[in-house]
Amino acid sequence: MYNPMTQNQKLLRIEDLVLYFNSLQGPVQAVDGVDFALDSNRAVVILGESGCGKSSLAKAILRLLPRNAGTYSGHIYLDGRDIMALNEEEFRQNIRWAAISMVPQAAMNALNPVIRVGDQVAEPAIVHLGVDKAEAITLVKKMFQHVGVPEDFISRYPFELSGGMRQRVAIAMALVTSPNLIILDEPTSALDVLTQANIFNVLKRLKKELGISFILITHDIATSSELADDVAVMYAGQIVEVSDAHRFFSGPQHPYSKKLLASVPRLHGDQEPEFITGRPPSLINLPKGCRFADRCPARFEKCTEEPPMVETDGRKVKCWLYS
Amino acid sequence: MSASQAIDIEKQEGSRKVLLSIDDLHVWFELRRFGFGHAGYVKAVDGVSFDVHESETIAVVGESGCGKSSLMKAILGLHKPTDGSIVFEDKDLSKLDEKGMHWYHSHVVGYVQQDPYGALPPFMNIQKILEEPLIVGGIKDKEERLQRIHKSMEEVKLTPASDFLQKYPHMLSGGQQQRVVIARAMIMGPRFLVADEPVSMLDASVRVEILKLLRGLQETHNLSVIYITHDLSTVSYFSERIFVMYAGNLIEKAKVRQVLDNPLHPYTVALLTGTSEPDSKNAETFKELPPGEPPSLVNPPTGCRFHPRCSKAMMGICDVKSPPDFEPEPGHLVACWLYE
Repeated sequence: MYNPMTQNQKLLRIEDLVLYFNSLQGPVQAVDGVDFALDSNRAVVILGESGCGKSSLAKAILRLLPRNAGTYSGHIYLDGRDIMALNEEEFRQNIRWAAISMVPQAAMNALNPVIRVGDQVAEPAIVHLGVDKAEAITLVKKMFQHVGVPEDFISRYPFELSGGMRQRVAIAMALVTSPNLIILDEPTSALDVLTQANIFNVLKRLKKELGISFILITHDIATSSELADDVAVMYAGQIVEVSDAHRFFSGPQHPYSKKLLASVPRLHGDQEPEFITGRPPSLINLPKGCRFADRCPARFEKCTEEPPMVETDGRKVKCWLYS
Repeated sequence: MSASQAIDIEKQEGSRKVLLSIDDLHVWFELRRFGFGHAGYVKAVDGVSFDVHESETIAVVGESGCGKSSLMKAILGLHKPTDGSIVFEDKDLSKLDEKGMHWYHSHVVGYVQQDPYGALPPFMNIQKILEEPLIVGGIKDKEERLQRIHKSMEEVKLTPASDFLQKYPHMLSGGQQQRVVIARAMIMGPRFLVADEPVSMLDASVRVEILKLLRGLQETHNLSVIYITHDLSTVSYFSERIFVMYAGNLIEKAKVRQVLDNPLHPYTVALLTGTSEPDSKNAETFKELPPGEPPSLVNPPTGCRFHPRCSKAMMGICDVKSPPDFEPEPGHLVACWLYE
């Protein structure tokens, strides 16, 4: 699937992506004009609290739209080609699970309880690669090796596996069609600390050995640093900061990013973590101007207007303080 | 001298009264094959001893399957000990009759559950949810109940209370729901709280807020708290002592700073290695972790239960005999042959 001719292009470039959901109280502006780009063999983390629209962003990229989806527009360039222009069938055959796959939230609990895990991981290969069952099982064995699941688990049912093993199976399912990009939505939030660390070791190895790119969606700032090359912070449907991981974790720019980092409890911190007062705005009744203004310690008069995205030295921040 | 100053001095002198004493506790569950015929035991808690003092917060740290939920349920009086004892002040829990257990549940222990979304009944509004323990606890006067409800809403900072009391759980955010769970646990004025992963279902940025609230309540009410978690990064903000649990045993017991700065047991070291802090260098390194998974509690390994996964295991010793507690530094106990 990977085309070396497009090596110099960004793997993924998202331009002004919008996804609103219809509701009785008005449109829910879950994804409200998102721009970002991802290079090959890199991992970007979409960092944000519950309700900021990050899971909806994943659905928007993979065109997994629910029935109440309203406005859906923008451009998604995969290897230079705008996949938003593809029709349903072309998207299903060539993009979804073929070029971009996903490990959704709580995937380990979404495995079909009455089908053996080997057969479940084989299914995308049979459907999208058109291989027969025997060849698919060979692929499954290879994927299990990549993610660290013992081969004899192929004939087991999900209930026979621990949570960590089931999550590895879900990752194997996303890998089996050899996609270029995998979207992971909260891949470790329900797992114990050692299991979490093991899963991140698996993801790091996949990135190194198979050259896969990742979009990691999470609220967990600490574990996000295990995989992230780049960080995009999402707040109330918008991306408010984009930066490489190194500069982000050592010095975030946006006031919200600063507060997020300050709220993380540390093992050896003598510093008391702060918390962010107030709540994110409803995605139905969004305030005018900067959406973070009412919780921002640095707000001033200009903040009643929508702030621009300011780019300096390869970092972007949506804040009047930097314009 | 203020009450809190007096408490501080007492803490320093280590002369706090023992509130809860757990002595060689075993909680075993019988496995039955096809409804009859004994097939072994799940040895969820297999010889656990510790004391909880007045106004003290202790953390029980362990992963899924280590037995901490069974330990917690035994402390809550929901499982009868198979062996050993749980003594609150001078009362042995297993000897309490129905009235005694009712008193214990209503007036002694408060339970803060893990999943606020699951812990609050969706068909009751906040007022009814908070009224329930008061009714069960025997507060017959409606006015008094309302007063207590308002007071507890203030304590968990869900104000103005009138904004929340008529709402249903699904109308609140995760953090607000967890505050209601805490209010419910506190409303009868318990002597100690059992908090089972109280913040793990909440966003990382909200966790600290809730833990600080719990810490404030603990100080105001002279409460003891047993904080059960697998997340070591929160422990230093909210506990004085840590007990690390693995496969039914407590393998390390010490003050929080002792464990975080100088972890002794190889499993504790692994837990600390596995805990991430926000640092971009993490993406460049692989974590060195013990292979395998925690053992089955039906047939735990012989000797030290961690030995099959331990890089420092000494064959002939660790796989044969279960280690007792050693004390390599004062107040720091570890069940590991490396410290003999």
